[in-house]
Amino acid sequence: MAVDKQTVEQLAELARIAISEETVDEVGKRLGNVLQLVDQLQSVHTEGVAPMAHPLDEVQVLRPDAVTEPDQREAFQELAPQAEQGLYLVPKVID
Amino acid sequence: MEWEVVIGLEVHVQLATESKLFSGASTRFGAAPNTQACAIDLAMPGTLPVPNKEAFRHAVMFGLAMNAEIGRRSVFERKNYFYPDLPKGYQTTQLAEPIVGPGEIEIHLEDGSSRKVRLHHAHLEEDAGKSLHEDFHGMSGIDLNRAGTPLIEIVSEPDLRSAAEAVAYLKKLHSIVTYLGISDGDMSQGSMRCDANVSVRLKGEKELGTRTEIKNVNSFRFVERAIKVEAERQIDLLEDGGTVTQETRLYDADKNETRSMRSKEVANDYRYFPCPDLLPVELSEDYIEQLRGELPELPDAKSARFASEYGLSAYDADQLTQERVLADYFETVAGKSGEPKLAANWMMGELAALLNREEKSIDQSPVSAEQLAGLIARIVDGTISSKIAKQVFEAMANGEGDADTVIEQRGLKQVSDTGAIEQMIDEVIAGSAKQVENYRNADEAKRPKMMGYFVGQVMKASKGQANPQMINKILKDKLDALL
Repeated sequence: MAVDKQTVEQLAELARIAISEETVDEVGKRLGNVLQLVDQLQSVHTEGVAPMAHPLDEVQVLRPDAVTEPDQREAFQELAPQAEQGLYLVPKVID
Repeated sequence: MEWEVVIGLEVHVQLATESKLFSGASTRFGAAPNTQACAIDLAMPGTLPVPNKEAFRHAVMFGLAMNAEIGRRSVFERKNYFYPDLPKGYQTTQLAEPIVGPGEIEIHLEDGSSRKVRLHHAHLEEDAGKSLHEDFHGMSGIDLNRAGTPLIEIVSEPDLRSAAEAVAYLKKLHSIVTYLGISDGDMSQGSMRCDANVSVRLKGEKELGTRTEIKNVNSFRFVERAIKVEAERQIDLLEDGGTVTQETRLYDADKNETRSMRSKEVANDYRYFPCPDLLPVELSEDYIEQLRGELPELPDAKSARFASEYGLSAYDADQLTQERVLADYFETVAGKSGEPKLAANWMMGELAALLNREEKSIDQSPVSAEQLAGLIARIVDGTISSKIAKQVFEAMANGEGDADTVIEQRGLKQVSDTGAIEQMIDEVIAGSAKQVENYRNADEAKRPKMMGYFVGQVMKASKGQANPQMINKILKDKLDALL
């Protein structure tokens, strides 16, 4: 039971990834397999079992509120395709 | 047809921590772009977030102040969406197990009534960066200094029934977060931002109408206007036989209208899931109780105390406790002058007018609490009259020093010297033969009213500095002696 073409295209848009016309069917089939696995998991009887937030049975350690990170803007901006006046430049997106 | 407006608010409050929610970068406002955005904030590969304990302390304090359930265990989740000011491609937030559960607060309305508003929950999350769209050769400039700054998002139940109630609720939240010291609450700098869910329904109807969400309204006044204009739009639409579309709308303050924000976008699907980088956070009962013990006196309690301890009216007590700095100012003036009622009158009269005129907040007041107390002390001990006191107040506001200095330098000391006042009165009586004649011939019942003329003349002669009680007494004796 493959995921239909329309759903694959919608998911691709949400994830901002390009999926070519030829591969849509293949991706749909593979996603279908993932969902099949999910169905299998869902058939397990879990009543009364609390959902797990994390596979490690540990509690998060918190850090004290202190500024420990120095300014490394120059180093980071060397990695960026484009920067100007201290700002990272990206293709214009207006929501 | 009578319509009812139903409003729920989502309020984002920036927490006043030194460092970010998941990194040790500074949260200071106004730094040069990207100088406070570290590898974690930039979502560099291989980095791991570690939550800030202080952000949890702030959130718990808030929950306790809202009489809310505190999440002994809370879980971070990823809210997935793509926008350039969100480098990770998801916002780390809370959904199923937030830090603050259901609660309730009381809001006070202008007409003196109050009502309860239920809190749905409040959760911890990180702020995004800022996009600058102008003037980068058709590109957008991204500043990530704000990315990762801790926020609490406070979600109310749809319990508010008018724009005025929404503002009263916002003001109450503002008052609580600033009393707790967990945020500066500065709406103009974006420390407090508000989204409003607005729908309308016929009065008596049980079902909620279709709602719209108005995004990012950044002042109390705009919240009120935006809700009013959006409710009117929905009512007009429904009365014309149309339907309301569930959508996000933007308030345009210049045109005073709301308009649809997203035109053709696919419905949002944030695909939340628990963040595998972060373990559940557990807080002990002892820790929560310790924080409960550290809560400061909150606005409602302070207002009740001001009414009973200082004998203020409920209205005055309420007004003076809306902001913690204002309440502190009052207590200083009341304490130092020993005259709480005069302190309240001066603060809500002259001082409020001055601050309003100069568009300043109480912590920028040109007249300090000590100066105002000094002025009140001089009224009470008879050095100056209330009328002259206003003149002294203006002089203090202009930076001429404290009350004693102004009184001394301007020679405003009240004349309470019997001899000097008698002399002025004698001169006035001598120069007002006609009025004295009228006074003598008048009915006894009318005489007290006729005294006003003479008092005015003596006051004028003394340039307002003669002690009014003394004028009244001596004048009456002298006039009556002429009968």
